[in-house]
Amino acid sequence: MEKFETLQGIAAPMPLVNIDTDMIIPKIFLKTIKRSGLGVNLFDEMRYDRQGNEIADFVLNKPQYREAQILVAGDNFGCGSSREHAPWAIADFGIKCVISTSFADIFFNNCFKNGILPIVFPQDVVDVLMKDAEKGSNARMTVDLENQVVTTSDGQEFAFEVDAFKKHCLMNGLDDIGLTMEHVSAIDAFEAKSNAERPWL
Amino acid sequence: MSPKTLYDKIWDAHVVQQSEDGTCLLYIDRHLVHEVTSPQAFEGLRMAGRKVRAPEKTIAVPDHNVPTTLDRADPATMTEDSRIQVAALDKNAKEFGINYYPVSDVRQGIVHIVGPEQGWTLPGMTVVCGDSHTATHGAFGALAHGIGTSEVEHVLATQTLIQKKSKNMKVEITGKLMPGVTAKDITLAVIGATGTAGGTGYVIEYCGEAIRDLSMEGRMTVCNMAIEGGARAGLIAPDQKTFDYVKGRPHAPKGADYDAAVEYWKTLFTDEGAHFDKVVTLKGEEIEPVVTWGTSPEDVLPISAVVPSPDDFKGGKVEAAKRAIEYMGLTSGQKLTDIEIDTVFIGSCTNGRIEDLRAAAEILKGKKVKDGMRAMVVPGSGLVRAQAEEEGLADIFKDAGFEWRMAGCSMCLAMNPDQLAEGERCASTSNRNFEGRQGYKGRTHLVSPAMAAAAAITGKLTDVREMM
Repeated sequence: MEKFETLQGIAAPMPLVNIDTDMIIPKIFLKTIKRSGLGVNLFDEMRYDRQGNEIADFVLNKPQYREAQILVAGDNFGCGSSREHAPWAIADFGIKCVISTSFADIFFNNCFKNGILPIVFPQDVVDVLMKDAEKGSNARMTVDLENQVVTTSDGQEFAFEVDAFKKHCLMNGLDDIGLTMEHVSAIDAFEAKSNAERPWL
Repeated sequence: MSPKTLYDKIWDAHVVQQSEDGTCLLYIDRHLVHEVTSPQAFEGLRMAGRKVRAPEKTIAVPDHNVPTTLDRADPATMTEDSRIQVAALDKNAKEFGINYYPVSDVRQGIVHIVGPEQGWTLPGMTVVCGDSHTATHGAFGALAHGIGTSEVEHVLATQTLIQKKSKNMKVEITGKLMPGVTAKDITLAVIGATGTAGGTGYVIEYCGEAIRDLSMEGRMTVCNMAIEGGARAGLIAPDQKTFDYVKGRPHAPKGADYDAAVEYWKTLFTDEGAHFDKVVTLKGEEIEPVVTWGTSPEDVLPISAVVPSPDDFKGGKVEAAKRAIEYMGLTSGQKLTDIEIDTVFIGSCTNGRIEDLRAAAEILKGKKVKDGMRAMVVPGSGLVRAQAEEEGLADIFKDAGFEWRMAGCSMCLAMNPDQLAEGERCASTSNRNFEGRQGYKGRTHLVSPAMAAAAAITGKLTDVREMM
């Protein structure tokens, strides 16, 4: 998993509440053999018409937000199914941080497994960040995970909470595999010993 | 040192690290891969910029999706999503540099048949695969079990698994088997006795005279279905038969390495006095040729029995039996030998090896399948197929009216074109009789290869002993 350190990027505003996982990635895209490549279908039904043409006024289709790395969203983001395809699609699009007043529990946890930082702020802070995001691509928001601070384009700082262990995993780019990789020297040692004792393996 | 079971010994020899809560990092010696459960795992590696840690210990072969008809080189024989999955495995195997047997390779076949056949599976190893029937490899005294796609990725990347140890269970089959009774009957009889959850939380060690008397192929059949009994894995201590089977196979140790390996393999047995958390004993002489009547592998009865009544059961099984009898289109009290079948499938990782084909051919020699019977033999690998042709078995099957197919999982799980149609009834040498397993509303009776052959001739479930 890619390390999450300090992210400075364009924030896209999606004030809609209850954005569910079917909106994030409709079920017809679950038949894939991949976890990657879903970014093109992120928010598919909101983003394209039935002929597959982009709907111009959807936020991520607007020129200023096509490179967005942060999403500022309405309440209860990610509700619905447990499909990990949702965070897969978000990550594949290039979004690394989602900010809202609240997240659905499963989606929230799935994010951390896929290198995405979900941040919860009270409504008044989300309102400020939403306004900042609406400034478009000239307004770069900064998310500093180490110091747990989000800074708006005009320098306002907001501290946020994050589980210490999850923070550790994100900052070091650790998933289960990443955690096991921390013990790579033990694996190396085991392999060396095993090769010596059982050279036929 | 306190006495250890075989499982204890293999486990202890593979612990890389143990944390305070008992969770272990377990080293994996062999990782088998097929096309269905691996694409996202490889994709995960790619996204994280990771490599396969030990490509030389990783072996891939497409089996679940592949058609088994002779014209399968034609891409039109596959559905598009199947084609994509197989193509993905082709690409991943090449890109990550792992051992690979593509569909066009004569060594291609069911992953659990190819592994032992090529000498990848050896005693004392840990073997995993994204497939529950990985238990098959336990026949060599290897700790072998199925894993999910996330774990497939974990093993690809680290050659380890995060695991907690299971409990020890001993299944002893004493004495000798009677004529007409096979490894398949043993493994089904055990599940009939313990239930499909009887092994949950355990690793089973099969032992006793009847197990020792089995060939390596028979032992693979027994261990293959450990998972159907709920166990994580099944094990059989290696002996001279195991060492002889392994010797000379392409990836088995050679020369001095082989001798050193055998010395080590001889230490792989359960010590006198070692503790088992659960013990089940069956008398070999009392096991009859069996069939399944219902939709769970535990719905096992001797061929001489009748279809049970739901009232014969207790608790939740009453309703399950009622549903199963209805799904199977049977009547309580009906003799099992009166059940008419229209399809026979011989193959799968349970019974797709050369001895299975010999056993079926022995019954079919000079006979014809019943009129209208759809009968197919699907060898477990291209090499099994070639050997059967050399031994003249293929001609026996074809003369009897069987279709002689290419290697693959075929009708065991109906992910490929080989499926039962609604209401069709099959005597099958595979391992699962779940609703819809062999095709939507298809009806499956699990049997041994010899029993399947007998049923093909008579058109009914048949006691093979009457034809011997």
